[in-house]
Amino acid sequence: MSTSERVVFSLAVLLLGSSLALAEDRKLGTPITEADIKALNITILPDGTNLPAGKGTAAEGAKIFAEKCMACHGEGGKGGPFATLVSDAPLKGNGIEAPKTIKNFWANATTVYDYIRRAMPWPGPRTLSDEEVYSLVAYILASNKIIDADAEMNAQTLPKVKMPNRDNFIIRFPDKI
Amino acid sequence: MARRRDPGDGREPSALDQVAGNGLLNRRMLLGRGMVLAGAATGVAASAASAGAEPLADAEWSRHQGTTSKDVDPRSRFEDKVKRTLSNPNGEPRTQHARTPHHLLNGTVTPNHLHFTIVHTGAPDIDPSQHKLVIHGLVKQPMVFTLDKLARYPMESRMAFVECGGNSAPMFSPEPVQANVQAIHGLVSNAEWTGVRLSTLLEETGVDPKAKWFIAEGADKSALSRSVPLKKAMDDALIALYQNGERIMPGNGYPMRLLVPGFEGNMNVKYLRRIQLTDQPAMTFHESRNYSPVLPDGTAYKFYFINEVKSFITNPSFGLNLKEPGYYEISGVAYSGTGRISRVAVSADGGVSWADAALQGPLNPKAFTRFHMPWHWNGGPAVLASRAWDEAGNVQPMRSEFVATRGQTKQPVKNLLGFPNQHYNSITSWGVDSKGEITNVYI
Repeated sequence: MSTSERVVFSLAVLLLGSSLALAEDRKLGTPITEADIKALNITILPDGTNLPAGKGTAAEGAKIFAEKCMACHGEGGKGGPFATLVSDAPLKGNGIEAPKTIKNFWANATTVYDYIRRAMPWPGPRTLSDEEVYSLVAYILASNKIIDADAEMNAQTLPKVKMPNRDNFIIRFPDKI
Repeated sequence: MARRRDPGDGREPSALDQVAGNGLLNRRMLLGRGMVLAGAATGVAASAASAGAEPLADAEWSRHQGTTSKDVDPRSRFEDKVKRTLSNPNGEPRTQHARTPHHLLNGTVTPNHLHFTIVHTGAPDIDPSQHKLVIHGLVKQPMVFTLDKLARYPMESRMAFVECGGNSAPMFSPEPVQANVQAIHGLVSNAEWTGVRLSTLLEETGVDPKAKWFIAEGADKSALSRSVPLKKAMDDALIALYQNGERIMPGNGYPMRLLVPGFEGNMNVKYLRRIQLTDQPAMTFHESRNYSPVLPDGTAYKFYFINEVKSFITNPSFGLNLKEPGYYEISGVAYSGTGRISRVAVSADGGVSWADAALQGPLNPKAFTRFHMPWHWNGGPAVLASRAWDEAGNVQPMRSEFVATRGQTKQPVKNLLGFPNQHYNSITSWGVDSKGEITNVYI
């Protein structure tokens, strides 16, 4: 190694060292644990990941629905000032104006749990207990005749519910996934 | 009234000047000679018309001290009509849309107070000193970032459009809705966003090889959430803190939003508080239902991320009627969620003939490109339309071919707000009648 080569080599080592130090120095995030995030972590995945303990039935759900949901969604969820939750309206034959309902469109039953717990009731989202959400999900699915009237919804049964329209989707941009 | 002449030497445009039917002129009209002589021609017309007019003099406002500078500058009081239109001005318990008045703007940057917004549960009043971003799930080390800490990372700026997946959906009407650009295309805007690359933060948390998606969640009342492929995080996703140089506006996600350039607006999650890496999409409400467009046969698209290549003429357009024959510049915006705009063609004869418009640089990927086309309106009927191409070779479809696969509504769309969430990127055409009145027409 000539003198000039040595200089270049030392400079390279120096620069490499300082850039590593820079990358290390730039770590500004505060490490936390999943336990710290538990209260915020409300996402339910389609395979059931993160569904809480507890259970519910349509019978229980009917009572909660009448008290907390009916004013907006109508009696039996069949339509009120806001979204209809229980309907037999078909998707096919209505063209692009087809009304999208839980029964004719939603691909995953877990979405019903996730969305009710996350965003409902509109005046006070995230105030329902986990069991209340299971009961409401059971009530909506049973009223739509997607599950039996007396079926219990829990972390094991809910992800296994097969939604009628599940296999009716085309991935628009598969290369982006 | 003296008929205004075209740029040039007081002559009508010759066959040489015309590049396509019904008065589309060579783009050199936009450069030196054309522009200068356009001014001269106006001067001639003005002097011809001013024979009986009052002589020019100092105006009243030139004689007095003007207004005092303010700490935040308001616009001229004469610009009050340049404003967004609101779908739910009283904040009733449903979604609120505010649409950008593209027909009254120019250039490519949407001013912050006119940027379109859609909020489902209002804009939360977030204290930036309390707000935190959590990254967790399939990472090596979950982490939390305060805004102060995020502001110390290397910043990057990029021009990017954000467009609602349902922008332009009134064009699915079988008869053209008679409404302006704002009502039809007002749910898209373009800004310079500045922030930290999401990939920079993921370098720090480390990524579990099983991770394929991330779920982004906002701190709004409904905790809006969307699933985004991890590929996008590694490509060009940004945690945006600034919008056109200032902190992001409340309606656009203050104090931070996810920016996924080119992907439908709803995925650019505002009030961002949590990013969870996962091995599967969450199939949240918005991706399961709202942003999965139905096709005529009842099947539906899912993961319709990209806002595809689109353009529309902003001037002349509905509501901006032509007052007299003569020279005009046809101008509009083009953009593609795939990359740069490579070409925009304009027609003045309803698509019988087309000519390439001049593109105003710089040509940023996944951002507005302004196009210009000089035009001589001869006072007769005309149909103005634009059609864009992007660098990947995608072309904006003609309406007939678009609705052949995507369908249209059975009844004419009456409520422009009532039919959202279907991607539409076909062309828009403006009919000009012999009075200069402009209507929305299909070609």
